[in-house]
Amino acid sequence: MFTELDKRIIRELQEDLPLTSRPYKVIADKIGITEEELLAKVREFVDKGIIRRFGAALRHREVGFTANAMVVWDVPDEKTREVGAIMAGFPEVSHCYQRPRYPGWPYNMFTMVHGLSKEECEATAARIAERTGIKKYDLLYSTAELKKDSMKYFMEE
Amino acid sequence: MDSLDKQLLTLIQSDFPITPEPFKELALTLGTTEEDVIARLQKLKEEGIIRRIGGIFDSKKLGYFSTLCAIKVPEERIDEVAELINSYPGVTHNYLRQHEYNMWFTLIALSSQAVEDILEEMRRRTGIKDLINLPAINFFKIKVNFNLNEV
Repeated sequence: MFTELDKRIIRELQEDLPLTSRPYKVIADKIGITEEELLAKVREFVDKGIIRRFGAALRHREVGFTANAMVVWDVPDEKTREVGAIMAGFPEVSHCYQRPRYPGWPYNMFTMVHGLSKEECEATAARIAERTGIKKYDLLYSTAELKKDSMKYFMEE
Repeated sequence: MDSLDKQLLTLIQSDFPITPEPFKELALTLGTTEEDVIARLQKLKEEGIIRRIGGIFDSKKLGYFSTLCAIKVPEERIDEVAELINSYPGVTHNYLRQHEYNMWFTLIALSSQAVEDILEEMRRRTGIKDLINLPAINFFKIKVNFNLNEV
């Protein structure tokens, strides 16, 4: 599905773009293709959604979004589509996924809620609960970041 | 950070130009020079505000399987267990959270079976059986753009 050239390009694009006037040319030279060929590939990957986003990954804590809560919800299985769509509509929610339940883990909907304070996250969760009618939920705040890396793909060969 | 930094950061989270001279293009949009844009980005990286500029890939479309996992780690074993879990290259994020399931990490591997195998190995090596695998069943939203002009 991915050619060797594709993989070489992906390996470069998952690194940090050089801060020079023509960064794509630097990468293209390294790979041995032209700047135009590389730019066309990057655009193709973006168009196909292989690259979800091309740009800067920020440490959001450092920029002031200091309170981030993982809010987990117990949504009746038959209502997940409807409720998921409502939750996703909140601008404070960055991620909204349905995940499996386990014995001892009753929550099947996960939302990441960002705010400038814990109170803001709590108020957002309360508004979501109000709008969706989902009463059973919990806010899990992170207390420490133990690892945060970008995944490196196609490194094993 | 001044307001130009904030505008620049808001802009480049998703609209980084895929053109031969991206920094010059950003400078034109922001009404400054290419040198200024590069210097600002350099500084924002050094300050740790920008983690990386590049492609953020869809692991599924690259043929990988990714999941979120949670494990109940006794308080006194947190450092040791974190070190073991973080040593796996497929573990990209790991956070402590206030809950009985107190350690939450993301794992990426080449298949769902490979994920299961790694988790089984983690259970064996840590001796902790309370480790749940929570792959996404449905995606309703993935957005990680922050509007810094609001901060």
